[in-house]
Parts: sequence; C-alpha cells; structure tokens
Amino acid sequence: MPRDTLTGSRIRERRVMAGIKQSELAKRAEISASYLNLIEHNRRRIGGKLLVDIASALGVEPTSLTEGAETTLLATLREAASGAGISTAELSRVEEFAGRFPGWAGLLADSQRKIEGLQQSVEALTDRLTHDPHLAESLHEMLSTVTAIRSAASILAEPGDIEPEWQRRFNRNIYEDSARLAETSRSLAQYLEESESDTTETSAPQDEVDTLFQRFGFHLPDLEGDGVDVDAVVGDMASHASPPAQWLLHRALTRYRKDALKLPLELCAKILPQTGSDPLALAAQADTDVATAMRRLAHLPDTMLPAPVGIAICDGSGVTTFRKPLPEFPLPRLGAGCALWPLYRALARPMMVFEDRVEQSTRIAAHHRAIAIAQPLHAPVPGRDVLFESHMLIVPEPKEQSDDGVLQVGLSCRICSQSDCIARREPSILGVSEERRF
Amino acid sequence: MSKQVLLIEDEPNIIEAISFILSRDGWTVKTHSNGADAVDMVRERQPDVVILDVMLPGKSGYDILRELRDDPDHGDMPVLMLTARGQTKDREIAERAGCDAFMTKPFSNADMLETVRTLAAK
Repeated sequence: MPRDTLTGSRIRERRVMAGIKQSELAKRAEISASYLNLIEHNRRRIGGKLLVDIASALGVEPTSLTEGAETTLLATLREAASGAGISTAELSRVEEFAGRFPGWAGLLADSQRKIEGLQQSVEALTDRLTHDPHLAESLHEMLSTVTAIRSAASILAEPGDIEPEWQRRFNRNIYEDSARLAETSRSLAQYLEESESDTTETSAPQDEVDTLFQRFGFHLPDLEGDGVDVDAVVGDMASHASPPAQWLLHRALTRYRKDALKLPLELCAKILPQTGSDPLALAAQADTDVATAMRRLAHLPDTMLPAPVGIAICDGSGVTTFRKPLPEFPLPRLGAGCALWPLYRALARPMMVFEDRVEQSTRIAAHHRAIAIAQPLHAPVPGRDVLFESHMLIVPEPKEQSDDGVLQVGLSCRICSQSDCIARREPSILGVSEERRF
Repeated sequence: MSKQVLLIEDEPNIIEAISFILSRDGWTVKTHSNGADAVDMVRERQPDVVILDVMLPGKSGYDILRELRDDPDHGDMPVLMLTARGQTKDREIAERAGCDAFMTKPFSNADMLETVRTLAAK
C-alpha cells in the first residue's frame, strides 16, 4: 500500500521555511534527528502527542500539518499519470511532487480535468451523427440533393445530343435542386452555429454542476424556509451554465427543496444534537425515509454537524447522479467508483441498509463510515418493475480508532493499489505486480 | 424485349436522372416511390434488376430487401442498394440483408450504368 500522508513533507516545508535545522527541531520535539528525518520523508507515520509537540515547536496548528485538500489533487495526478505511462518509481513520488511543487501540481491537475472534459466533448461530437436526428436528416437531405444535381449535370455535360425538351428539364431540375441545397446548407450552418454557442463551456454538464456547488456550497439558504422559487435560484447560480448543466442543477435543487420541506432546518436543529450524523436515527425521529435524511444531512450547514458529510447517489446503472466528495473521501468525477462501496452493493438488496467502516486505498489512515441504501425512484405502478437508486452517506470517523473491521475499498481501479481484489475491472497503474500477470 | 429496371426511390429529380440514363441505354425503367408496398410492386413487375434506396417513406430499404430475400421467388433477384451515408456500418447492414451491389450517394452516372449492366448479366 502506498504511503501517502503528506504530514512529513509539510513538517519539512514548515521547518525549512522557519529556518530551523533538522537537529534543532528534533531536540525541541525530544526525538532523534534520524527519526525526524524518517518522518519528514513520510517514512514514519506520525500522530498524537509527537505531532502536537512538533507543531508547537514550529509554531503552527497541528491540523495544518495533517490536513489539506491534497486527496483530490493526488487522485487527479494519478489519473493524469495513468494515461502517460509514467514509471512506477516516479508514480510513488507523486505526493512528494504535490508537496514540493503545489502550484505545478495544481496546474497539472487542472489540465487533466480539462482533458477529461474535452474527451467527453469529443465523444459527444463523434457520436453526433448517430444521435442527433436533425443533423443526420440535414446531411441526408443535402446528399440527396447533391446526387440529383450531379446526375443531371453530368447528363448535360456529356458529349452528344440531348433533346431540347430533356435539356430544359434537367436545367430546371438543377436550378431547383441548387436552390434547395443552398437552403439546406444555410439552415445546417445555422444549426451548427447555435449548438456551438449552446456549449461555450467544453466541460461535461456534471462538471459544471460540481463547480457550481463548490462555489456556492452545498447548503443553499435560498432554498430553505418560505417563499422559495427554485427556478430563480437556478437562474442566480447557473445563468452562464450550459442548458444541460442547468437541467441537472434544476433537478438537484428541486429535490433539495422537497427534502427541505420534509426536514426543515428548525426540526433538524432540534433532532441533530441527539442523533449526530446518523441518517437512520434522523429518519426515524423525523418520520421520513433514510435516503431523504441522507440528502438532507449532506445539504445542512457544516456548523450543524459534528463534521461535514459527503454523499454519492447513483442510478440503477451505477452512474453517479449526484456527488458531494469529502477532502479525504474523493468520488470519481467520471464513471463509477469502486464496486466494493456499499453504494453499489445496496442496489442488489433494495431497502436494506448497508453500513461499513471504510478506508480508501489511496488514503490510508482516513476512516469513514459509509451508510448506503437503495430506495425506489418512484411510486409503485401495478405490475411494473420499480427502478431503484442508491444513496451512500459518507461520515468521517476519528482517525484514532483501531483498524479492526475496516473495509478496504478503492476510488477507481486504475489508481487503486489493492492486490487480489475480486472487484477489479481494470489493472492498476500503481505497480501491483501480480495483477499484471494474466 | 428490353430488360426492365424497377427504381424504388423517393427523390423526384434523382428518379428523373436515373430513368433518363438507363432509358437511353435501352432499359425499360419503372419507378416506385413508397416503401410500404414496394415488395408488392416487385412481385407485380418482375424486373430484371431492382435499384433500392435505403431511406424510403413507409418502410426502410433494408426491410424491403430482407422480405424479398425471404421470398423463394425473389431470393436471387439482383438488387442494387442506394444510400446517402457511406459508412461501413451501412454497407455491412446492406450486405447482411443480402444486396448484390451497394452505391453511396452521390454516385456517378457511369458507375450506376456499369453496375446495373453487371447485375443484369449475372
């Protein structure tokens, strides 16, 4: 399993910045210089009292040494590396890279995100002839007209006499068809121009929505209380977003509003001190369903909860329809996550609550409680199958707890180092040697 | 008696051009513009060669071809398919449906004539 906490790198960085010698810091923290050296190179895990001592010796908050937004950054960097054929030795230094060159690492991660967005756009455009009936029809119309013009024109151009009557007819046909062709090509050009301006952003709609939630936060005061106008909120948040992104946002906010009516803030404020971030307890006390309670928890102000919670919602095909990642529990931006997540297992047994303590293989030491349930997406219809969607609430757990009973999961296979994983769907790029043998 | 071509196509000006080229070459050209009853028309006319467009109102050219091939009397009737999309996919569908020749629009008159002659000689 790769070592990946950057605590050591941060200590080193802070120490160098403060102009303190390694031996000096070691003395202040009452450890040997060689042990500090191991820590600084992320070769020894550090926590508890020693971390507090080093932090105070450096004059910084302990959390500033242990926490950071690197998880998503590291995951993105690994994704970027996966396409580039970077050697395993280089790859194992990704954290050192992110730690030493945060600016460059951020730039690289941004580029990776843009590339992914562009790849999606390219796929959409490549498929366009198949999936865009207007475009296919226009092209067919143009090709038919061109065919008629070409045939008629070559009849006229051929050597040899053609009766004047036929000449006139073909001339007239060419004239008519060329007018038709002009009209079709003009409307096609207009159509293409319009659809181009529709999507000035090249990123995927889901990305746009993610960006909007990052900017505005997941708690939206405008959707709480009375006199709420969802359309207006969508307009305020996403006036510059693409129509598909606005559609996605509208759907998410309409649901938010419904949940807020079922579980108003005042009610939550009353219940939460007893239940904490437990969606089952909240659902029971507020007399609502578990999925609603999960969504509500994810959209409450952070201050109302012991710690911010994350959520992933997926439809029956496993595609994520809503995501709120946590710093230490990233969610894949495209496609599905790790098949071991209770999110997906829940789909096999609807209405049964799955609960695991999980540790993502890319984030050792960060433990979360993942609670999942698959619920019907709609009211039952006699004689018809019900469609289900799955919810997974992600609640951070204190790191001090033991590793017993923790389920090792991944983020996505390519950047997961778990060997002998039965759920693996593609090889890892992290040098899991036994996986490479087929 | 001259040989007969049945042209099943819904574009009036393409019909006129093809009819002209083939008639000049000595063919009797009958035309039909609707997919729905195209199979009946083939049975009625008993042409030597069928030129069949893929995009027809009522029924697609592929379906018409499949029906013809399932009919023992027309299982080996020479059929030339016309399509406006020259993708490999379309050619594959046409070949699987059992066409003898395949042309993409726009085609050249000379190629059209050549193909029809070859098909009739089979």
